[in-house]
Amino acid sequence: MLYREAGQFKTTYSADMAIFPIRQDRIALYALLVFVFIGVPLLARFQIWPLGSDYMLRAILIPFLILSLAAIGVNILIGYCGQISLGSGAFMAIGAYSAYKFGTGIHIPLAWFGTEISIAPLPLIVSILLGGLMSAVVGILFGVPSLRIKGLYLAVATLAAQFFFDWVFLRVQWFTNYAPSGSVNAPELSIFGYLINSPIERYVLCLTFVTVFALIAKNLVRGNIGRQWMAIRDMDIAAELMGIRPLYAKLTAFAVSSFIVGVAGALWAFVYLGSWEPLAFNIDRSLQLLFMVIIGGLGSILGSFLGAAFILILPIMLDQIPHALGIPVGVETVSHLVFVVTGSLICYLLIVEPHGFARLWSITKERLRLWPYPY
Amino acid sequence: MNVDVGQPIAAEPAPERNPDGRAIGDVMLAVENVSLAFGGVKAISDVSFDIRKGEVRAIIGPNGAGKTSMLNVINGFYHPQGGTITFKGTRRHDMRPYIAASQGISRTFQNLALFKGMSTLDNIMAGRALKMRRGLMWQALRWGPALNEEIRNREAVEKIIDFLEIQHIRKAPVGKLPYGLQKRVELGRALAMEPDLLLLDEPMAGMNLEEKKDMSRYILTVNDLLGTTIALIEHDMGVVMDISDRVVVLEYGRKIADGTPDEVQRDQRVIDAYLGISH
Repeated sequence: MLYREAGQFKTTYSADMAIFPIRQDRIALYALLVFVFIGVPLLARFQIWPLGSDYMLRAILIPFLILSLAAIGVNILIGYCGQISLGSGAFMAIGAYSAYKFGTGIHIPLAWFGTEISIAPLPLIVSILLGGLMSAVVGILFGVPSLRIKGLYLAVATLAAQFFFDWVFLRVQWFTNYAPSGSVNAPELSIFGYLINSPIERYVLCLTFVTVFALIAKNLVRGNIGRQWMAIRDMDIAAELMGIRPLYAKLTAFAVSSFIVGVAGALWAFVYLGSWEPLAFNIDRSLQLLFMVIIGGLGSILGSFLGAAFILILPIMLDQIPHALGIPVGVETVSHLVFVVTGSLICYLLIVEPHGFARLWSITKERLRLWPYPY
Repeated sequence: MNVDVGQPIAAEPAPERNPDGRAIGDVMLAVENVSLAFGGVKAISDVSFDIRKGEVRAIIGPNGAGKTSMLNVINGFYHPQGGTITFKGTRRHDMRPYIAASQGISRTFQNLALFKGMSTLDNIMAGRALKMRRGLMWQALRWGPALNEEIRNREAVEKIIDFLEIQHIRKAPVGKLPYGLQKRVELGRALAMEPDLLLLDEPMAGMNLEEKKDMSRYILTVNDLLGTTIALIEHDMGVVMDISDRVVVLEYGRKIADGTPDEVQRDQRVIDAYLGISH
């Protein structure tokens, strides 16, 4: 009953090709956007449940948004183009450290040539986007092996990127501006002189980035380049014989994916962490992103959000259940239980629906369209 | 100057016409002395034949005769060790897939090679990748020229969908379609490239009589209306003899006969190849 498409006729191809061709879906999306852009900040401002304290924004919503963004990037590469990558953490790190260098000013002494390169600190948005760009460049470099190797072998090759950049950012002091502890602090978050400080402002900043990039990603995957990516993923030989160049398709997938992951990395460092060390972007982060994409749904933008929500928010929720119910369990035991429950839920989910939450959602929607009739 | 009004000036040689009125033009693709070996296994040895513009050319032969290898050589997936391929007047030692595709050679496959995770519509749209020229930035915005391009190509694809009568499965994922429909979608994807030369690798394998009739009708219509040159591999001799203009017969990688269906049918070597020789 929720979905009644009767009477919704499409008379143009652009209407038929809309992201949400069904009117109810569109209304729901607009309502959601209004809620997250206006409702959530208002609730947080007046401290109304569930946003009574900063905790919800700081510890749940902001990391959820940033990791969703990263998951979208990973999904473009793995889900749409079929190139398995275990180096997403490294690309987040490249985004973060490049944005940091651009944000604090770059100084390259070229003593051999008797000259030096100096770039003054750049504004926040510019340095974040440049961070993404640097990540895209490195992504293209590490994408080159994908022209020769496939599947698990490629995964191992991208793993090399992960360990290499872990090492670089730990050992090459230039990247950390010679900070003795190896940990760096993000520059001030200011846009045109406006200082972004409170969790609400940080949340809106992240939300804007996520919304814009989700739209861009959706546009790409439903356009010509997205079809080329999927063609390479599904049957690369046929794609090649149809004039799709594997070089172009794979490297653009690496570039776009690394760009988005890099931007997410910069946001993660600047907005969520504030100060960080290379450990924040180690192999665990790569695997976390990979699981988000697999559980959310390979080849689905919505799935990236659902996967991020599941992996990130579920443990936090589980953590609070015993406390909320008043069951006397030690903190230690709870955190162990969370691992057990999350792990078994992942196994269960992958058995029930190997295509992830996105598929579950589309099946549900299909049922709702016909409900209460079976077909 | 004295020109006879009744005579066409500088008359082009009138294209040769088949009994059914279709125009058969000059040689479009010529394969000369092509040899292909995988290690010690000779897949094709010294085969030459040509395909003329507008004709339906069949390549037949027993299993393992090198028919599919021949198609792979023509569209650049295999690189032969010897011989040349001349397409539209350019002579090459080997083709490259991108050149073949952009010059107008498209292809269907013996074992379906559809993009299984995509819908019928997206599969056929993917066939138009070469027709869409807008860059990444435009596509990211999906506005103005990029959107127009998408809509124009969608219109072209819808015509193909109408022609192949697959409107009802437009949005269905192809992986779940029955075999006969998948074959049809694959033909649609090849047609979306608006090819000059269409290579069909066993378009009717595994089909029932009804489906074979449909497929033959599509192939003949494409050839007739769009003037697309067609080269097909097929095992159903009834179909081959009915729809093709000329037939080339391969056996163990060698050409054993080449000519009209009637000539080929009477050729003793062809009969031997198919029925065997008594020793």
